Amino acid sequence: MNAAWVILGLLTLAGAVCAMSLRNLVHCLLCLMASFLGLAGLYLALSATFVALTQVLVYLGAVSILIVFAILLTRGGATLGSGLTGTMSWTAGIGTALLVLGGLAGVVIWGPIAPTDAASDPTVRAIGERLMTAYVLPLEAMALLLTGALIGAVILAMPDREAAATRPEVREPPMANAGKPSVPGKDERGGEA
Amino acid sequence: MTPLHTALLVAAALFAIGLAGALTRRNAIVVLMGIELMLSAANLNFIAFWRYGPDPARLDGVLFAVFAIGVAAAEAAVGLALVIAVHRRLRTTQVDEVNQLRG
Amino acid sequence: MVEAADQVFVALKQTAVGWFPAAGQPWVSALLTVAAILVVFPLLFALTTVVERKLLGRIQNRYGPNRVGPWGFLQFAADGIKSLTKEDVVPAAADRVVHFLAPLAMLVPVVLAFAVLPVGRNMVACDLDVGVLFFFAVGAGSELAVFMAGWSSRNKYALLGAMRAIAQMISYEVPLILSSLGVIVVVGSLSPVAIVEAQNQYTGWVPHWHVFTPWGLAAFLVFVIAAAAESNRSPFDLPEGESELVAGYFTEYSGFKFAIFFLAEYLGMFAIAGMGITLFLGGWTAPASFLTWVPSWCWFFLKLGVWVLVLIWVRGTVPRLRVDQLMNLAWKFLLPLAFAAFVAAGLWLFLPTATVRWGIAALLVAVPYVLLARGLTGAARRGKRVYRWAE
Repeated sequence: MNAAWVILGLLTLAGAVCAMSLRNLVHCLLCLMASFLGLAGLYLALSATFVALTQVLVYLGAVSILIVFAILLTRGGATLGSGLTGTMSWTAGIGTALLVLGGLAGVVIWGPIAPTDAASDPTVRAIGERLMTAYVLPLEAMALLLTGALIGAVILAMPDREAAATRPEVREPPMANAGKPSVPGKDERGGEA
Repeated sequence: MTPLHTALLVAAALFAIGLAGALTRRNAIVVLMGIELMLSAANLNFIAFWRYGPDPARLDGVLFAVFAIGVAAAEAAVGLALVIAVHRRLRTTQVDEVNQLRG
Repeated sequence: MVEAADQVFVALKQTAVGWFPAAGQPWVSALLTVAAILVVFPLLFALTTVVERKLLGRIQNRYGPNRVGPWGFLQFAADGIKSLTKEDVVPAAADRVVHFLAPLAMLVPVVLAFAVLPVGRNMVACDLDVGVLFFFAVGAGSELAVFMAGWSSRNKYALLGAMRAIAQMISYEVPLILSSLGVIVVVGSLSPVAIVEAQNQYTGWVPHWHVFTPWGLAAFLVFVIAAAAESNRSPFDLPEGESELVAGYFTEYSGFKFAIFFLAEYLGMFAIAGMGITLFLGGWTAPASFLTWVPSWCWFFLKLGVWVLVLIWVRGTVPRLRVDQLMNLAWKFLLPLAFAAFVAAGLWLFLPTATVRWGIAALLVAVPYVLLARGLTGAARRGKRVYRWAE
């Protein structure tokens, strides 16, 4: 196992730990993105170039901006990412996570996993061919899903029209000098009175 | 400890970290980040098994990961829109304060 | 002789690599390529800053900088020394770590993007099978750096500028990528080397550049506008307009960090221009079959120079777009036009090679263009224009 694996794995896990434990939301986001960058590197190490670049494009390019806007649009209410909860649910949460980790690690280490080494970096043409032949239905379903998610997100995040319309009208006090010329002797537009 | 085992352990650890964050943090956005981490861990599993599994020419793992990334993006969008809508109504993003339906 | 001039840099690199032992040769080769990129494009950046200031000055009926060096062409050296020796002011309330990392996070993706551009025949740093996807992926990485810069300054104007810049960048990223999809569909590959090779044919003396096809012309227009918006170039420079937001998201940066942002912005301009040239303008191919004796890298840099000059010209001429005009342009004009170009490109691939496909593709592109342009200006809504003269 070479240095690249170690560095990328550490980057991924350290980024994830920091993302889940820091108080400042923006720092959480940046650490999460570092973790995803490490994950993209791991995909590259596993000869899946297309997936790695898609991960960078989608997560670092789009999901990060989504989270940025969500953070900025939800400030001013509660405190910013006020850390962890009280001790009871904290221990329960960490305990569950450790249990899950133990279970998965146990399966990985002692389970019947027999790796072969037959893969090579797939060409984009091969991916395209699989997408258009065996996976065309999931592709179309994805298109519908993304359209639905787009419309749904816009509708959910739109401010309520009724709330704005029923707000009581505020009447401004009439201006004192409206209709009077600014220069005496001339009319409103500055022409001769 | 083949590379496959390493990748699977990293994925398991990533999943556990995401789970821990999603269960313990109070801010809804951080919970969503934890969910994204869990999804990514599953993706890593898929790619690792594709790489070291039988018949990689079928590209199942790669395509599943691509679809999963797409679905994760869609789910993040809707989830964050929900967080924004809840904040607009209740002026809070703490998950334990959204309890008006508690019986 | 022509062949030698064309491949002179490749031959130079191979002789240099040959001096080293075989074990270290891949490393030396990679290092030399990276060094070449890191020398050429910042030098081009330096030249561009001076040329831009002088050209803008001439457009505005004044001389540009003309004190330092012959006709002012050493101005970049003076600017560089000034930036390096200025005090690095970090606001007391700023988030120090993020404030420090933002310029780096901006520069690294931009420099990475140069790795897949074929600068000449056999002169690409990294011949990736997924080159175009790599380019757009690293381009998307620089948006987060803009946010980091704006946020860490703890300055309302900086944050506002950063949000506008990000909204602009993500809005224009969609037509940018869509316009390149037509080219990818016709060529059948995501590799920039293959895309340039596909344009390296001549009928008579006219090259098969993608810009000379109807869908290619529309896609090229979309790409040029989206590329100008992606690099925050005027008329899309509202995020950094001096009269609007002080300096936008890099308000709180001084000295060397500001120079890095400036460098990253211009290098981003070159990178996107390079990708546009690769996709539409034939990369390193000559514009006429009787001009192929000129070295391939000459043509690439010539085209890059023309692109940059046109951008400078547009900057000095066209007024800045408002934020809502900007967004309307991206989502209501460029995006549908990019879709129309994509559909036309797809049909182009499958129709027989005759006037049929030219006609259909031209129609598929011209009709949406006219309809969208009419829909966008709202002239139909407002009626005939009425002029009022001051008394």
